[in-house]
Amino acid sequence: MVLGTNLRFFRHIGVVEARFQLGLNFLMKGEPHMQVSMTVNGQAVSGDVAPRTLLVHYLREDLRLTGTHVGCETSYCGACTVIVDGKAVKSCTMLTAQAEGAEITTIEGLAENGDLHPVQEGFWERHGLQCGFCTPGMILSAVTLLEENADPSEDEIRLGIEGNLCRCTGYHNIVKAIEYAGAKLRGEEPAPAEWEVKA
Amino acid sequence: MFPREFEYVAPSSLDEALGTLASNPGAKVMSGGMSLIPLMKLRLFSPELVVDIARIDGLDAIEDRGDHIAIGALVRHEETAASPLVQEHAAALASAAAWTGDRQVRARGTTCGAMAHADIAADQPAAALALGATMVAASSGGTREIAAADFFVDTLTSALETNEILTEVRIPKSSASAYDKLGRRGGHTDYAVAGAAASVAMSGGTVSSAGIALTGVGTKPTLAAGSVEAIVGTDGGADAIAGAVARATEGVTVLEDLYGSAEYKAHLAGVYVGRALEQAIAASH
Amino acid sequence: MSTTSALGGVVRRREDPALIQGKGLYVDDLNLHGMLHVAFVRSPFAHAKITSIDTAAAQAMPGVRAVYTADDVRHLGLLPAQAAAIGRPLLADGEVNHMGEAVVMVLAETRAQAQDAVDAVDADYDPLPVVIDLKEALANTNLVHEGVESNTLITWTAPFGVEEDGLNELRAKIDEYKARDDVVTVSLEMVNQRLIPVAIEPRSVVAEWSAGYQQMTVHSSSQTIGAVASAVAGMLGIPYNQVRGIAPEVGGGFGAKLALYADELLIPWAARELDAPVKYTETRREAASNTIQGRGWLGTSTITGTRDGQVLSYEIDAICDMGAYCQDLTVAIPFLGVFVGSGQYGFDTRMQLDCVVTNKQTTDAYRGAGRPEAIYYLERIMDAYSREIGMDPAQVRMKNYIPSESFPGAMSPVGFAMDTGDYAMNLQTMLDSPEYSAMKAARDQPRSDGKLVGLGMSTYVEACGFGPSALVDLGFSWSGYGQPSAFNGSGLVRVNPDGTANVIIGTGPSGQGHQTTWAQIVSNELGIEMDKIRVTHGDTKDAPITIGTFGSRSAAVDGSATFEASRKVREKAARIAADLLEASEADIQFADGGAHVAGSPDKRVEWAAIAEVAYQPHRMPDGEEGGLEAHAIFSPGNATWPFGSVACLVTVDPETGDVSIEQWMSVDDCGNVINPMIVDGQIHGGIAQGVGQALFEEAIYDDEGNLLTAGLIDYPIVTAVDVPMFNLSRTTTPTDVNPMGVKGIGEAGTIGAAQTLVNAVVDALAPLGVKHVDMPMRPRRVWQAIQDAKASA
Repeated sequence: MVLGTNLRFFRHIGVVEARFQLGLNFLMKGEPHMQVSMTVNGQAVSGDVAPRTLLVHYLREDLRLTGTHVGCETSYCGACTVIVDGKAVKSCTMLTAQAEGAEITTIEGLAENGDLHPVQEGFWERHGLQCGFCTPGMILSAVTLLEENADPSEDEIRLGIEGNLCRCTGYHNIVKAIEYAGAKLRGEEPAPAEWEVKA
Repeated sequence: MFPREFEYVAPSSLDEALGTLASNPGAKVMSGGMSLIPLMKLRLFSPELVVDIARIDGLDAIEDRGDHIAIGALVRHEETAASPLVQEHAAALASAAAWTGDRQVRARGTTCGAMAHADIAADQPAAALALGATMVAASSGGTREIAAADFFVDTLTSALETNEILTEVRIPKSSASAYDKLGRRGGHTDYAVAGAAASVAMSGGTVSSAGIALTGVGTKPTLAAGSVEAIVGTDGGADAIAGAVARATEGVTVLEDLYGSAEYKAHLAGVYVGRALEQAIAASH
Repeated sequence: MSTTSALGGVVRRREDPALIQGKGLYVDDLNLHGMLHVAFVRSPFAHAKITSIDTAAAQAMPGVRAVYTADDVRHLGLLPAQAAAIGRPLLADGEVNHMGEAVVMVLAETRAQAQDAVDAVDADYDPLPVVIDLKEALANTNLVHEGVESNTLITWTAPFGVEEDGLNELRAKIDEYKARDDVVTVSLEMVNQRLIPVAIEPRSVVAEWSAGYQQMTVHSSSQTIGAVASAVAGMLGIPYNQVRGIAPEVGGGFGAKLALYADELLIPWAARELDAPVKYTETRREAASNTIQGRGWLGTSTITGTRDGQVLSYEIDAICDMGAYCQDLTVAIPFLGVFVGSGQYGFDTRMQLDCVVTNKQTTDAYRGAGRPEAIYYLERIMDAYSREIGMDPAQVRMKNYIPSESFPGAMSPVGFAMDTGDYAMNLQTMLDSPEYSAMKAARDQPRSDGKLVGLGMSTYVEACGFGPSALVDLGFSWSGYGQPSAFNGSGLVRVNPDGTANVIIGTGPSGQGHQTTWAQIVSNELGIEMDKIRVTHGDTKDAPITIGTFGSRSAAVDGSATFEASRKVREKAARIAADLLEASEADIQFADGGAHVAGSPDKRVEWAAIAEVAYQPHRMPDGEEGGLEAHAIFSPGNATWPFGSVACLVTVDPETGDVSIEQWMSVDDCGNVINPMIVDGQIHGGIAQGVGQALFEEAIYDDEGNLLTAGLIDYPIVTAVDVPMFNLSRTTTPTDVNPMGVKGIGEAGTIGAAQTLVNAVVDALAPLGVKHVDMPMRPRRVWQAIQDAKASA
């Protein structure tokens, strides 16, 4: 949602990566590195990264938390969504350095003591996923949505997950899954599944 | 997906940041990174040094300054959208911020960043223009104020110098403003195919002053001077609005893109000038 | 609670616990010791001679291990492409033919370093004239490939199997219809635009070579991992049994991960050359410009019928865009459209589909693959005809259906035998529903908000569940590099000594829920509890031979094979149980984890006890072999032919052209249903992709062949805010071509969707004089249609 795209200027955006003179200073002295530390899923972690390391790559490659996925390059798909200091953000559009000192929750850290979070449970109960690739980001987005709005309408749910693309489900059962989780989090009995009603 | 190499600093004070910028002409300021990082990942833009201003204290407030609101450099889109101050005194900006990007983007991206990025189809610049905002730019040599009307220079180009940081946007209070747009997927989704912001002041049943601005239709967010001229001094009724609609793109270069022909975009500019004006005038009653 | 599952019951998916906790394994999650990363230099031109490539600077970059050009890989030959004349070099060889074509492959220690080295490669090009416009391609104004006489690769015609003389007779017959004075002829030129499939998981390949064991392991996010392994074996010159193909979790496929890709060969080749694990994961831009695209037809539909709704003939003449090279099914995709060219109808149908090459990315299978295109042209013109004669479009369809009495085995006018169908019953179910009545009422309700309202409907038939292995003779084969081709379904079922069961299959899911559905098939047949059945897929080391997941075929073909394997196990187990229980084999029934004697539930033996006997052969009944496992191969006698009826209600803002979907319903018939929850999920997702085509999606190439929509910024796919809840119901007309009576449901939602939405928008705009709006119906196009109608009024 971020890149200004007047195609007159970027008409070769598809592949052309304009040739450039790589900063010779980097070649001479090697790529700069820096120390980072943060808390991920309750664990203090620290590491040595190049400034250009995106948070998603740090999570996936250095910390081996591969539940956070990369689906695009432009902050559109939301597969890389993680929770940083309580907010759902796209970890592909954040430098690792920007997360210095942050509290991060990835999909791997959502279940507590082996108990699924109600949003995870909702996705399972209401068939809110198919291939599962968008699911971690979608779930974390939904978790923060329900923290901000405990009883969202269908429209509010749809707006709340606009930044998470799913190509499998048509979103129908994702909305149902989030409704299920919302009810659970409010201490209410979720509405029966459509197939229960039909049967 | 993989930026070129760069160096990164996160100064803790504005002076330090400005000093770094002054001594590094290849440096680029980053607040939320929502505009900058994708460009770097696509290697369309490759600064040698990124100056992350997110750790500077005192830039994250929305303040009531009497006749205007000040929005600091680190105020996120979601904060602008949800702020009662902004909603009351700069409704157009609140709507524009609420329709910027998606929820995750609004949680990281900043209102000032959206101004500095100066995208041709961004929402908040149009609101800033219509509301008559002033941009405050700091450099190691001091600060200067830039009228919004002079700030958006060209495609992805603002009046900011490379050694400057946009520290705040000052929005004169307006009791009646609105923003509306057609998004790329219809409704209010995504970037604007075309959108318009309007701010009006009514005095004794007459539109005493107005600001109207367009986004998405040309090389930059721009004022719709013809529409302003048409609406000021009228009763703000349907005929008057129609007059403003008819002059929406007067003096504005309208460009075709993937989302519409120049003819269509000019038409949409009028439609949204009309809708924004209707809402603003309704809010003034 | 552990239960067995009957077919037709909802079972929560067994694949979900891993996926909802981020613990599923996708190819890009692999991180092997010493792994090298690949990036490609890609062509900025759509058509050009490569005049020079200088890789010296790139070779010297930090971390770079190798830089390869066509000179290094030419000896490997072209990318295997079936049923096609024009194959793709693994790296562009002297000439590039579409923007984004891979020219140079770089391997480095990190992905970022590989990308840095890509920037340092200096390749020069001498541009050639480009072929972009389909009519110009057909006219051979310029040629895409040197030494080829025509851009037209093949022309498909229908009725299938009718030669030129017969087609001319049909033309003459249709001309006679048109000359009658009681008929109208309605014709529309329409675009069924190129699409980018956009699985959210980009394609990824990881290869590991073991020099000691001479074993290649290829991990690929593929729908057809067996075909990948086969092609790799052929390319490397090693036997199939020394290649192991693994497709772990696949993050959406939609046909785009069906074709074999050059990178699926280059990565294993480089892994062997460098004796190091190698990974390549495409970026989103590469996914747009280098993973296959779909659709891309420009055609004219013509219908001739009486003024009271009796259609006499339907014709379609279309140019189909193949792109620059052929991959697995490229030229076969339009032929899949021929299968369903006459839809559910009995009227005379003539088709001509000219398949042309252009300087664009290859097209191949994308959800529906030929069938959405064919149904689109047919159902749009049915709608236009209904409007022309002023009849209810549903009643016009009713009047022209092949009657239910013609089944089973009705012959379609385009020349295919169809399995089962009751089209009128299905449509009537929709018309009788309260949801449809509500839509009609909403359509006719006066509005005060200035919006226009439209109701659109259409019906569809699909051919899927491929298929008869005889299709190989028509060119549907996977015989890369001279490897023999499989075209069958298979399943392997083994009951272990502890009474648990393994089900091993060669077809794998990319979201379809095979682990759950296959466990249901086996549980239903054997009475083994669901949680004692483990379904594994996606690994050629263990899996029986099959062709993979596409064309809505897995359940109908490989599911049927698994059903038959289960039945073999059951029959043997029944003999063992009869022996143990001293009962007649005919009286043995299986339920709740064991076998019992009919009418005597207490005379019972658990599966573990049966299995124990099977693996202690001396205890077996006389003449029985030990073991309790079976493998079955299945090849159906026909495709399956699902069908359905779809309707939606839209509003249009006439000032902006903005379309909003208010309500959506469909009544689908895919025969018997194994898991209704999963089936509905498939339909939901299919609809959303059809909606995406109708409203937003289009792979746009400019006049120079630049792909202008190479990212999600300018290629918007449907988000949650763009669609409503979908109201689904179904009718059940089992197929007779497989033992479970199941058809297929992976593509039906998509096939039914796009024209329904266009019909609805045209319904809304008809009062303004609009007769057609091409897809994607972005606001600018809807608005323009209104302006054009005003201008011509």
